[in-house]
Amino acid sequence: MHKGHTWERVITAIPYLWLFLFFLLPFAIILKISLADPVIAQPPFTPMFDEQGNLSVSFDSFIFLLTDKLYAITYFKSVMLAASATMLCLLLGFPMAYGIARSEPTTRSILLLLIVLPFWISFLLRVYAWMGLLNNYGVINNMLMWIGAIDQPIQFMYTDFAMLIGMTYSYLPFMVLPLYATLERMDLDLVDAAQDLGATRTGAFWDITWPLARPGVIAGCLLVFIPAMGEYVIPYLLGGGESLLIGRVLFDEFFVARDWPLASSVAIVLLLILVVPIMLLQRYQARDAENA
Amino acid sequence: MIEAANPDSFIRIRGVSKHFGDFVAVDDINLDIQKGELFAILGGSGCGKSTLLRMLAGFEEPTSGTMEIDGVDVTRQAPYERPVNMMFQSYAIFPHMNVEKNIAYGLRKERVAANEVDERVSDVIRLVQLDDFRARKPDQLSGGQRQRVALARALIKQPKVLLLDEPLAALDKKLREHTQFELMNIQDELGITFIVVTHDQEEAMTLSTRIAVMDRGRFLQVGPPKEIYEYPKSRFVADFIGTINTFEGRVTSAGDETISVDCPDVGVEVRALCTEDVKVGQDVCVAVRPEKIFISREEPEEDEGVRVRGIVDDLGYLGNLSLYRIHLETGRMIQVSRQNRRRSHKRFVEWDDKVWLSWRPRSAMIIQGDD
Repeated sequence: MHKGHTWERVITAIPYLWLFLFFLLPFAIILKISLADPVIAQPPFTPMFDEQGNLSVSFDSFIFLLTDKLYAITYFKSVMLAASATMLCLLLGFPMAYGIARSEPTTRSILLLLIVLPFWISFLLRVYAWMGLLNNYGVINNMLMWIGAIDQPIQFMYTDFAMLIGMTYSYLPFMVLPLYATLERMDLDLVDAAQDLGATRTGAFWDITWPLARPGVIAGCLLVFIPAMGEYVIPYLLGGGESLLIGRVLFDEFFVARDWPLASSVAIVLLLILVVPIMLLQRYQARDAENA
Repeated sequence: MIEAANPDSFIRIRGVSKHFGDFVAVDDINLDIQKGELFAILGGSGCGKSTLLRMLAGFEEPTSGTMEIDGVDVTRQAPYERPVNMMFQSYAIFPHMNVEKNIAYGLRKERVAANEVDERVSDVIRLVQLDDFRARKPDQLSGGQRQRVALARALIKQPKVLLLDEPLAALDKKLREHTQFELMNIQDELGITFIVVTHDQEEAMTLSTRIAVMDRGRFLQVGPPKEIYEYPKSRFVADFIGTINTFEGRVTSAGDETISVDCPDVGVEVRALCTEDVKVGQDVCVAVRPEKIFISREEPEEDEGVRVRGIVDDLGYLGNLSLYRIHLETGRMIQVSRQNRRRSHKRFVEWDDKVWLSWRPRSAMIIQGDD
């Protein structure tokens, strides 16, 4: 009994240790750097305690971040793009997940395989492939010109539209899989029962299927929104040089400007932008569970 | 019998079939049910009984045939248009709503005024005795309570017909017996026509006014429980309902009321009451229920019935009854049951005891045909 207890503790401690080592500790380091001043040295920021042992903390980076409009615009644009991609993934992913969950078991496993199949190819290659499709003389433009729908190629590349397509395409499986998991678990009798009690097909969907799928919707949205928010490769390849998203800015501040304190504060604000809505969502869910 | 049924019956099912690809789930069913009846459809799994029920609810469309409820053809009506509600085997209670909201759902969909909803919900909650559980979530309820929620939710819309899919299957034995009678009381009180689908013959027998025994998409026999049990028309029905001993034989003489059948398995000529048209030389099946066979140590008095000798092969004590398997001299095994009327430590007979079995001509039934 006692022995079992210690083992239980060790096992539950592992994830906490993991989070401490690979999340909390790096976060503390980033926080510390964000409160320093940049210097041309190795490392490129001032130490937290000077030679006399006095605490030297500077909020300059954060103040700069808040006063320079560029950052606000970049954050806003990143949120909007990530949110649009999330919405698009939900709109496309829900019917897909629903269809898979309601299909015959044999077709279901094939369909699930097809959802996961793109992961067998490198993410970078798949984004590159979109360049080939969206180019001025790429597959889509050539096709449209060939059927005579347009006579000038449409500028897809290096637009927000291209980034949106790239993100939606890349993160769609992260929406479909959690949605599928919740929809597949659902008892189909519930929908029949709602219809039996007077609900139309659409009525039964909104009364029963949708609320019961909500945990999957929330999980899917977070799984898409969070990585889309900090996305670096897609804006870089499909968005071109002018599209400034927060992932790009972060990279540039670290490696081009070598302003580590500013880059760190950009990262911390990004984290706050992500954490606050997640916490709100969780509170909403907890309250939902109590009330309903 | 079905064709001769009352033309203005409450539920009329005419030539209803359902095909799934090549598979015929329901095969040309005709059925008339009267208002206020408690009708049971009894059959094994895959016999088509659930498909028939789902067609009545509107979840499946018949491949052919028509269904009328109270004079209205509902064959092509959507589930939400029908004056029918269903209690699902899984209960299908909405997990994200509490008891009250589950029960009120049907009225909300009908856009009944809020105060009337409250009133009717309270009434039906009282009816199924769930007053203390109004605000509970489904996962905080026991199996029996969930069953009541499902029943209340289906009853609140005052349907013309209530469909019950294996209503008691998920309950333990004690609760089943209790709930069984409760269901009958509720049905009696509200006068709603009940159609119960079940694989459990005991459930069908105790609940219903009439039973349809179903196999491979067809009704084999429709009638009151007693008729199904005592006068089965086929071997399948006789076998499906309760236990029965059946013996093949050939008719040796046929009088007005009794016939004699030569059954090699029994070893003697069996006399049986038979009002049906049976000819001498015809092959028939004689069937006797275990409780209709007397078991005794001494030779029973001479009468018109059957008397044979055997050896006790096995016995089982069930408390109220004892079951015996008796080995006849012909090698045939016969099942006999006997009520334990007397309180005693000693057993009435022991293993390998020599005993006499006897039954009256009235107790044996004659089944013609192969199915």
